Amino acid sequence: MEFFRIKRDIPFMRYALIFNVISLITFLLAVVSLATKGLHLGVDFTGGTVLEVSYQQAPDLNRIRDRMVKIGFAEPSVQNFGTARDVFIRLPVKVDLSSADLSEQVFNNICQLEASTANESFEAACPQSIRSYCERRSKETDRLKFDQKWKQNGGPDHDCAKPLVKRDDEARVNLRRVEFVGPQVGKELLENGALALLVVSLGIVLYLWFRFEWKFGVSAIIANLHDVVIILGCFSVFQWEFSLPVLAAVLAVLGYSVNESVVVMDRVRETFRNRKSRSLSVPQVIDHAITATMSRTIITHGSTQLMVCSMLIFGGETLHYFAVALTIGICFGIYSSVLVGSPLLMWLGLQREDLARPETEKKAGESGAVV
Amino acid sequence: MNRYSLWQYLLIGIALVAGLVFTLPNFYGEVPAVQVQPHRVTLKADAALLSRVEDVLKKGNFASTGLFLDATSVKARFADTDTQIKAKDLLQAQLGEDYVIALNLLSNSPRWLSAIGAKPMYLGLDLRGGVHFLLQVDMKAALAKKMEATLNDIRGNLREKRIQYSGVTREGQGITVRFRERPARDKGLDEISRTLPDLELRTVDDAAEFRITAALKPEAARKTQDFALQQNITTLRNRVNELGVAEPIIQQQGAERVVVQLPGVQDTAKAKDILGRTATLEVRMVDDEGTNSPAVMQAALAGQIPFGDELYLERGGVPILVKKPVVLTGDRINDAQPGFDGQTGEPAVHISLDGAGARIFHQVTRENVGKRMAILLFEKGKGEVVTAPVIRTEIGGGRVQISGRMTTQEAQDVALLLRAGALAAPMEIIEERTVGPSLGAENIRIGFQSMWMGFAAIAVFMIAYYALFGLISILALSANLLFLVALLSMLQATLTLPGIAAIALALGMAIDANVLINERVREELRNGNTPQAAIHAGYERAWATILDSNVTTLIAGLALFLFGSGPVKGFAVVHCLGILTSMFSSVMVSRGIVNLYYGSRRRLERVSIGQVWKPGAQKA
Repeated sequence: MEFFRIKRDIPFMRYALIFNVISLITFLLAVVSLATKGLHLGVDFTGGTVLEVSYQQAPDLNRIRDRMVKIGFAEPSVQNFGTARDVFIRLPVKVDLSSADLSEQVFNNICQLEASTANESFEAACPQSIRSYCERRSKETDRLKFDQKWKQNGGPDHDCAKPLVKRDDEARVNLRRVEFVGPQVGKELLENGALALLVVSLGIVLYLWFRFEWKFGVSAIIANLHDVVIILGCFSVFQWEFSLPVLAAVLAVLGYSVNESVVVMDRVRETFRNRKSRSLSVPQVIDHAITATMSRTIITHGSTQLMVCSMLIFGGETLHYFAVALTIGICFGIYSSVLVGSPLLMWLGLQREDLARPETEKKAGESGAVV
Repeated sequence: MNRYSLWQYLLIGIALVAGLVFTLPNFYGEVPAVQVQPHRVTLKADAALLSRVEDVLKKGNFASTGLFLDATSVKARFADTDTQIKAKDLLQAQLGEDYVIALNLLSNSPRWLSAIGAKPMYLGLDLRGGVHFLLQVDMKAALAKKMEATLNDIRGNLREKRIQYSGVTREGQGITVRFRERPARDKGLDEISRTLPDLELRTVDDAAEFRITAALKPEAARKTQDFALQQNITTLRNRVNELGVAEPIIQQQGAERVVVQLPGVQDTAKAKDILGRTATLEVRMVDDEGTNSPAVMQAALAGQIPFGDELYLERGGVPILVKKPVVLTGDRINDAQPGFDGQTGEPAVHISLDGAGARIFHQVTRENVGKRMAILLFEKGKGEVVTAPVIRTEIGGGRVQISGRMTTQEAQDVALLLRAGALAAPMEIIEERTVGPSLGAENIRIGFQSMWMGFAAIAVFMIAYYALFGLISILALSANLLFLVALLSMLQATLTLPGIAAIALALGMAIDANVLINERVREELRNGNTPQAAIHAGYERAWATILDSNVTTLIAGLALFLFGSGPVKGFAVVHCLGILTSMFSSVMVSRGIVNLYYGSRRRLERVSIGQVWKPGAQKA
């Protein structure tokens, strides 16, 4: 099998301007969306509480939402995820409530709602909550005060001497995950994320400068930051949740798609040094390099994308946006390093002399391949 | 030219064997176990405890499938969770409160694997279920407390030396001492700088009065903060021990934060209650007459406690009668440190009280010389006498020393308990993540399923496209997976769901190196090189590119590691390790296989790398 049967070098550079204009437009659209709509930041960055609750039977989301508003959360987000029986509740930061009380209060209210809908007792709807209450109560000295707090948090009267009828896994409602992030932590995570992005960018520019030439470094990083902005733009346009794993994916993509530029640049350097290609002009050399690495580019990215698709299909909710970010990153990575980075290299005025300096000639001469 | 020397093959061989050995424990799964760990520093996990546990289990007719001792605990494996829970209840009843009895899961790998230190990967909370807390220590409060104590020290010192001052006040982190006359101010300055070297002193004079302003020196402030953090960690550790968690993690993070991870704990509310609980210390007088009379004690033990007294146990288990009125409460204790008596040299505990505490203590000790006082620790509504020393003389100035009949270890324990009673500074939960066990198991399944599916898809494609070279690439990729898992098991790095995603991604990216090589080999063949020369040149030329592209990826990985936290850090660790292992496996290992297969053939007509299309040969 051989997919790519390319006879002549494809004159990518002839269309460089068109590609750059397309890129610029997409880039600007992404920036505009980021500026106006902003990112739908996850709880990791904004602070707040997330609860994942699984039901035996699909619940009515609107009623849950109403209940949350009733107990004082201004803008609750209540969504299904995965199946209709799994509910994802996101609540903003509430200053006057400690995180312990908050999750208990929310869960107790959900339990009560479910119990009344199903016409069952609170104990049967959620033994988990009752068990926790009784266990804690048994260790408490001031039980009166403790019971008061439990009531305040939406718990019903319960005699702890009574055995529980159901096990947790038979309950109508199950609390599967709670995540609480204080606002100061969220802010820090966001700052650290931005800092990481900066460090990665600088690191890559410096490395490419050291290995190749500053023009390579600059064009590669512009091409790849363009990817990053477009990924962020997509997340902004579609208002997908931007969480910590997505940030990790974005940074991983940054490192990964620089590969692409590196491979092309390696070829450019090699072609410059090759005696046979002396007659080629700079755009021709770049065309040649892109064409020669084309097959590898598509196959490598295809393979990585196979893995990412697998995550997209089987990875469930947690890995979903992670895989989405990678997918966009990989697709735009190909495009940008070939059709954005290389023209930039040309605009920056790359010349044969930039890479055929005396010391590199000497070094290359040792392998016997070049002059 | 395509031959590896013996040492190169050996290197690959050794790496593969080591990889296999360290990956093995992951396949054995885990068995339920019970872990017995001493609660107190004074008790050791030793052979005696081992035989005691063995005895208890034997008497209760519980067949343990393996009983052994490690550095901190005795662990017993059981065949099923049912026996495990029953055995835990029995051990709890028999060994009492001095030990933490916790349910645990132990690796089921054979002993020889454990002996060489091969352990399964350490799963993060999102995979095994549990609670994660990030707590912020209120350092302002810690410093304020320290300054409050310092203020009392200054007042006490000036009084002791009979230096006339008109007032001492604290504003935030600074203290101002006012004097009416300059000579008194100078004497005061001398005295304070001599007795309290941690303070930075300045004099401010104006027409009306002479002042000294004092602030903590930066290094002293840092020391105070470190101390507060360490003490809070100690307190948290003591409290977590009660929860009966098998492998709790309590760590400092940054200058003022503490991470608490409790694997397997589901009940966050309970965990938070225990972490946030305030224990109280009380100082009371001992009813010596009652305690020293056997008849009264017998009656008290039978339930007839003398009026105005309460019965408590000393730490050794000896009953003691304590009077009800509280002399002092724990918040009057600023600090307690183990040390030695200045004269006799025997182990002692030094306690420093705040101003009000010192005054009360002075008065009480003056009136009760020769009698005993008891220091009680109340937790969970239950009191325990930490220590009950005899008052030898009256004690003023708020510096108390308890000594006599103590070992160094005991002195340390008592100091710890006195301090651990309360947190050095209040803490606030600023991040909390709870994952249920079913969700954890599901995350593992999801993570590995997507990895295997992706791997299979890549394998099918590579073999179809590159034939034998594709197969070799996949073998190299499998070796990469092996190395990566082995490395993660060896380093005991925490594996999270993003970590599994990073393994998958590492595989998806690692194939890049092999694609580069295979494409290069094809290209060389296309240019008319002989197969051997093409293989050689393909590997040589691809190497520089592989190196460059991996370094850039590594830069991104390292930055993620440095700035990331939690799930992102887990991702970054695996990502970086994956890049390193992939360099080795996709270049060394795949070359090794190629050399082994093709390298020895003198006249190689063609290599199996799929169809190589040549522009010129199209029509032929």
